[in-house]
Amino acid sequence: MNMEKLIISPAPHIHGGDSVSKNMTGVIIALVPALLVGLYFFGLGALIVTLTAVVSCVAFEYIIQRYILKTETSILDGSAALTGLLLAMNLPSNLPLWIIIIGSLVAIGIGKMTYGGLGNNPFNPALVGRVFLLISFPVQMTSWPLPVPMNGSYLDAETGATALAMMKSHFGDLPSTLDLFLGKMGGSIGEVSALALLAGLIYLLAKKIISWHIPVSILVTVFIFTGILNLVNPELYASPVLHLLSGGLMLGAIFMATDYVTSPMNPRGMLVYGVGIGLITVVIRVFGAYPEGVSFAILIMNAFTPLINTYIKPKRFGEKAK
Amino acid sequence: MGGIHPKENKFSAGKKIIVAELPKQVVIPLSHYIGTPSEAVVKKGDLVKAGQLIGKANGFISANVHASVSGKVSKVDVQLDATGYRRPAVFIDVEGDEWLEGIDCCSELIRECTLSTEEIKKRIQDAGIVGLGGATFPAHVKLSPPPGKKADCLIINAVECESYLTNDHALMLEKGEEIMVGIGITMKVLDVKKAYIGIENNKPDAIDHLGKLAKNYPGVEIVPLKVRYPQGGEKQLIDAIIRRQVPSGRIPIEVGAVVQNVGTIFAIYEAVQKNKPMVERVITVTGKSAPNPGNYWVRVGTMLAEVAEVSGGVPADTGKIVGGGPMMGRSFMTLDIPTAKGSAGILYIKREEALRKPIKNCIRCTKCVTVCPMGLEPFLLMNQSERNMWPEMEANRTMDCIECGSCSYTCPSNRPLLDYIRFGKTTVGGIIRNRVTVKK
Amino acid sequence: MPRLYSFFCPFLINIKMNIIVIALITLGVIAAVSAVILFFVAKKFHVFEDPRIDEVEEALPAANCGGCGFPGCRGFANACVSADSLEKLNCPVGGNETMKKVADILGKVAVETAPTVAVVRCGGTCDHRPRTSDYDGVKHCFIAHNLYSGESGCSYGCLGLGDCEVSCEFDAIHINPVSKLPEVDEEKCTSCGACVKACPKLLIELRKKGPKSRRIYVSCRNEERGPIAKKNCEVSCIACGKCEKVCPHEAITISNNLAFIHDDKCKLCRKCVEVCPTNAIVELNFPPRKVKMEEPLTPKVELVS
Repeated sequence: MNMEKLIISPAPHIHGGDSVSKNMTGVIIALVPALLVGLYFFGLGALIVTLTAVVSCVAFEYIIQRYILKTETSILDGSAALTGLLLAMNLPSNLPLWIIIIGSLVAIGIGKMTYGGLGNNPFNPALVGRVFLLISFPVQMTSWPLPVPMNGSYLDAETGATALAMMKSHFGDLPSTLDLFLGKMGGSIGEVSALALLAGLIYLLAKKIISWHIPVSILVTVFIFTGILNLVNPELYASPVLHLLSGGLMLGAIFMATDYVTSPMNPRGMLVYGVGIGLITVVIRVFGAYPEGVSFAILIMNAFTPLINTYIKPKRFGEKAK
Repeated sequence: MGGIHPKENKFSAGKKIIVAELPKQVVIPLSHYIGTPSEAVVKKGDLVKAGQLIGKANGFISANVHASVSGKVSKVDVQLDATGYRRPAVFIDVEGDEWLEGIDCCSELIRECTLSTEEIKKRIQDAGIVGLGGATFPAHVKLSPPPGKKADCLIINAVECESYLTNDHALMLEKGEEIMVGIGITMKVLDVKKAYIGIENNKPDAIDHLGKLAKNYPGVEIVPLKVRYPQGGEKQLIDAIIRRQVPSGRIPIEVGAVVQNVGTIFAIYEAVQKNKPMVERVITVTGKSAPNPGNYWVRVGTMLAEVAEVSGGVPADTGKIVGGGPMMGRSFMTLDIPTAKGSAGILYIKREEALRKPIKNCIRCTKCVTVCPMGLEPFLLMNQSERNMWPEMEANRTMDCIECGSCSYTCPSNRPLLDYIRFGKTTVGGIIRNRVTVKK
Repeated sequence: MPRLYSFFCPFLINIKMNIIVIALITLGVIAAVSAVILFFVAKKFHVFEDPRIDEVEEALPAANCGGCGFPGCRGFANACVSADSLEKLNCPVGGNETMKKVADILGKVAVETAPTVAVVRCGGTCDHRPRTSDYDGVKHCFIAHNLYSGESGCSYGCLGLGDCEVSCEFDAIHINPVSKLPEVDEEKCTSCGACVKACPKLLIELRKKGPKSRRIYVSCRNEERGPIAKKNCEVSCIACGKCEKVCPHEAITISNNLAFIHDDKCKLCRKCVEVCPTNAIVELNFPPRKVKMEEPLTPKVELVS
């Protein structure tokens, strides 16, 4: 018998090896195609905005944890970096540095740390930051640069109306469907290319980081709702394909709504959540004052998540007993 | 629904079962994991033969205990068992290998069984057979359904979904015919026409072998199953084979099925056809650093340290020794404990892999809900257990948990989900029992 | 509507009514109507409560610990007021002082009870009780207890994981990191009983505090036979019977291989402490005795293992 004492613990004695940082890294990798497209179409500005957002989010999390809360720091688990990247994906590439930094402070400081850190926040931190900036700096946050491949402009980028803005005001030449799909349109850094975002979705599904329920239910709901509207009055209401490919819907459905902490915790609840987001998005887009409603829709449904978790339970074994 | 797929690591697969040589002393525990402990019917100084009754069952849910060797009883005293408590056991100094008269020790196959159902049940009960799937529930109780309930099929659990273990696999390859006869006997006792043998796809040789044998036994069907843990869980197996889900809080007989482990079936064959009580079993000794991973025939009562010696000794880098599989087995404090009827294996885990990683906050990733085979919410049950919210835990079906460990295995934050759920189950179980007695 | 307002408010003849005044008047009227409704509802659904319950609750320490057996201090106050006598009612936190106050308010007689304190009946420190395994599960006594007997060979001994410490609302019990046993702070302990319920091994007992806070108890709960108990812990009770024989007040009984000192009979003479061969009997807060005999730190009896 070996001399050292044996270790005793309750079963199970093996672990699958999954960790928080593996999941966060997986999502960051899934965002790489969208990031590359964004860098391609929005150039230097996109690079500056992304780096600033990521660095400031990580820095704020470190400072708050180390000096204010005086607990151990968790910046190595990748969640602050992911929040920074997602925030950047939602911002226009000509946003001044100081606004980005304020946005990061709100996202991490208010959206995440005040609730107790990772796992405790009810609202998606990147969206909290983004919506705060949208309401506080409406002019800077709604002047969207036009896609100019490999350009070196930052604050002086040429801006123009996005596809959604054109749909709202019924004015302007919409980009072709192919352009919308590939990403040759105005918008935030990460939202333009449906193709790149779908590639990210396939990666996330393959690595079992998220399940299909939320993205599919959001996109299907939007498609059906806008399809009905389009059938009723094609002049007034844009086609469902146009709705799916424009604005931040793809980005929101695949990366923002599927945030672990703020989404429901069983498949049935996720479908209800997705349908809710889809409905609210279309209502805001079509009947509301803003051209884009995904951020607000997701935040509103985040508030409903605890209710969904309480009343919608997963399918139990033995539920449909003979 | 749910489930995980850990690495199979079946290092000892395909190895012939080695008969471990007789030890110098055996210590046979009188208590079983489920049921009332039996009472000793021998005392110090008695000479016993292998197969002789040494402990009489005490009550309906209890089992007889027999001597696994011949020799002299040196004392009836307390012995440390796997849980760290000392329980009554019979110590026998081994002398020779003489079996009790009436027990057929030769390995010739006996196909015919002319005994009546009652006689068969009596032999099973007398032989002290308990379920070898891990729970060690007395077999005669399971084979006597409560009045008003009738089984319509027998399901044989040959899944062996735990990583590393191969004792059922080896038994099927070497004793396939005997198992078939045992199935026939069990079908007769339960009065059913159909029996299913569930085997996971990672054992194609066993599926082939039993498939060929089953041709001669009408009513017996081999069902290959997807490799997924916990496929071998009773409820999961019934669902996979006959598509019936046992409702919450109920037992399999309520959906007309009786599940028996393939090792128990072999023991039933030996008890009914050879009059041989349950005194030995196959144990897998395995692990990444095990010197000779393999399967061994071991007599009940042999100290596990001796079994380890026979297989090459305990590796130097061992940090944890687990009795059974890595998902549901029990970690041992020492190997100076006897083999019990339910011991299925000895697994060596290296020190660097044995310690748990630090616990982080729940990130609400839903992975534990996705893998739970019973459709529960482990993250919620753990939160409620930490806050002692017992009525809420009961409402969230904590008593349905089969303690498979898939949730703790999957959690990216290394949260000890199953530990807290078990704590909740114990407390809520106590509350429920008190409620029932108060009602009475 | 504007005409109605101008009828009632002649100073607002201007057709373009002042919205603020309208708002103020509307809210004021709603407030007045609600106040009247609430007044009548409060009168109709008023629950009569004995005013003495409030008085008694004032006198209680407001710890809401449940040590009295009632749900919170208000529950206890309720019980005191509705009970015929205060015999079975005792607030362990406030003690005799508080019960006297309660008795004065209610005009009943308070029964003096001897103050009690929590006592941990295990002496198995790391020195005396060698550890045989390394527990790596959740640091929770009940969870460890469900799993196995503990990190040492004694299956009755303290697990040292701190359920008692967590359960105490008065910060009176802490696990000593060196000995891994809980230690009770007498000043803070209110005898509420939370730690007694929290311990899965039933090691904590509420015993009489004793004059000058002195008490004697057997610091062991091991019910296994002597040789086995001694093998696993040096200071275990081996039920040798010496204490029972030497006690002049018949305060010690031995059952299930364990000695127990009944604190209603114990007169604190300390004879049992001197004769105990394993030092399982502990005396607290006594002055050091005159050194006549050899120091009772080494066991006097060699046992065959």
